[in-house]
Amino acid sequence: MLDSYFPILILAGIAIVLALLLMTLSRILGPYRPNKHKLNPYESGMDPVGEARERYSISFYLVAMEFIVFDLEVVFIYPWAVRYLDLGLGTFISMMVFITILLIGLLYTLKKGTLDWDLKTNKI
Amino acid sequence: MDYLGDLQAFLPGIITAVAGLAVITIEALKSGHKSAYWVTSFSLIVALFFGIQSLGTPLQEAFSGMLVHGGIAAFGNVIILLGTLFCVFLSNDYLEGIDHNYNEVYGMILFATSGMICLAGANDLISLFLGLETMSICLYVMAGLIKNEKQGAEGALKYFLLGAFSTGFLLYGAALLYGATGTTSIPGIGAAASSDLLFLAGAALLLIGFLFKVSAVPFHMWTPDVYQATPTTLTAYMATASKAATFMAMILVLSRALPSVEGLDWQAVLSVVAIITMIFGNIIALVQDNIKRMLAYSSIAHAGYALVGLSAATPEGYSAVAFYLFAYTIMNVGAFGVVAYYERNKGLDFSDVNNLAGLGFKKPMMGVMMSLFLFSLAGIPPFVGFVGKYYVFAAAINANMVPLAIVGVLASAASVYYYLRVMVYLYFREAHKETEMIDASFLYKGALVILALLTVYYGIEPILPFGGLMELITGF
Repeated sequence: MLDSYFPILILAGIAIVLALLLMTLSRILGPYRPNKHKLNPYESGMDPVGEARERYSISFYLVAMEFIVFDLEVVFIYPWAVRYLDLGLGTFISMMVFITILLIGLLYTLKKGTLDWDLKTNKI
Repeated sequence: MDYLGDLQAFLPGIITAVAGLAVITIEALKSGHKSAYWVTSFSLIVALFFGIQSLGTPLQEAFSGMLVHGGIAAFGNVIILLGTLFCVFLSNDYLEGIDHNYNEVYGMILFATSGMICLAGANDLISLFLGLETMSICLYVMAGLIKNEKQGAEGALKYFLLGAFSTGFLLYGAALLYGATGTTSIPGIGAAASSDLLFLAGAALLLIGFLFKVSAVPFHMWTPDVYQATPTTLTAYMATASKAATFMAMILVLSRALPSVEGLDWQAVLSVVAIITMIFGNIIALVQDNIKRMLAYSSIAHAGYALVGLSAATPEGYSAVAFYLFAYTIMNVGAFGVVAYYERNKGLDFSDVNNLAGLGFKKPMMGVMMSLFLFSLAGIPPFVGFVGKYYVFAAAINANMVPLAIVGVLASAASVYYYLRVMVYLYFREAHKETEMIDASFLYKGALVILALLTVYYGIEPILPFGGLMELITGF
């Protein structure tokens, strides 16, 4: 029974060998000129080491919040769109109402300056 | 599916939700425009009208069994909308007075109200959770409205964290009930009830979640801090409408999903919780100097009285609780309204009872109304608070729970001390110094007068005696 897992083992082996190979090759062949910034772990442009109690710009949270809202909108819209022809008019109206509600929310946040990254002109 | 019938069933909730969207749009396009307040008041009046119209209809299912309407759900809607409407009337003046009159507050109130209407008509654990969270998230925001003061931030954070925990309990309970019965529908759970350990644990966790939201002891720790930190008229909203909605959901769940199964003696559990809630709430309220904290502990005690009716677990008990919530809503909104009236004045901290000295003679009408609401909260006869307590304790006695009623009456006798104490300060103490009192608008005073009239009217005229009330909220 375990035989059927054999291809997976091969795949894992290839992945490990390939990763090691590529890293070694790039280290040997590529130019190596390290500096402080290059050696930092990558953390989306933020300083990765520092105090735990650091104040972030509120814009990060606002953008993340908007992202989640529209991400979830897609979760609802995709299954509906796939089965749209079978579901009929009622679900179409429901979905339009749903999108309108989100649109009003987007209008509100836009007008309040959520997506203005320049905090000096921010109206929040 | 019968879309129009469904929409009609949830009409008050839809009206408030749409009005909430309208308020948000107004605020987005014209920041601070006054029309948001008028849209809010108007929509609540319309929703209340439709709510009153559906009173007396039998309890029916809608949205494929997700919600119920008519019957006790309609009565719950009327209580919620009435409380909300008066809170909005009072909020405009008060929030203007403390410079926090944002249009977003009205949007939040409307969304929360629509959540409460969903909660008070929940027929499925999913819609119950949806309504509860829509309500709670808006209330967390309101608790932190005065964001520049430490107290506001502390209250909001405390409310949010503890509220999130209680939601966790409720969800876990819902998950276990689903695991035990294979359905989330409330009547379906009732039909598949068993004395299985999974079912018992689920029911217990669900009850804990509810008791958290109605701030019953020992799940009450957040109440005083949150009520003190929130702007007073919004505290009134939290203390009345949200509690009424949660109690209505409790009535629906207890009467339909948790029938008497052997080993599941939730009546005994609730009566123990009711006893400690009544005793604890009233005793701690005795030593409070801050009038908002005093009213917070008093609201804990009142949750205890309502739990007495719930633990009777008879149709009589449930309808007594429904009437009690109505009584509690009108008198408590009134009491908070008068406190808010004093608090708008700058200079002294008028939420401290010592600073109320002598104000009864300076503003006679407000003093009289404060006394009236406090008498009613204490349960003194010609007011609605007495009728509510009478029904609740009578229901307990008829269900053979005499000790519960005795504790309730004794606790309520102790409560007279701290309610009358406020009146002693208002009338029998010399005023500290000359403090300018800002006069309130006609609408503000009018709303308080209407609440006072309702308090007296339903205390004298037994418009909803047992027969009438039971007829009104048929369908158990």
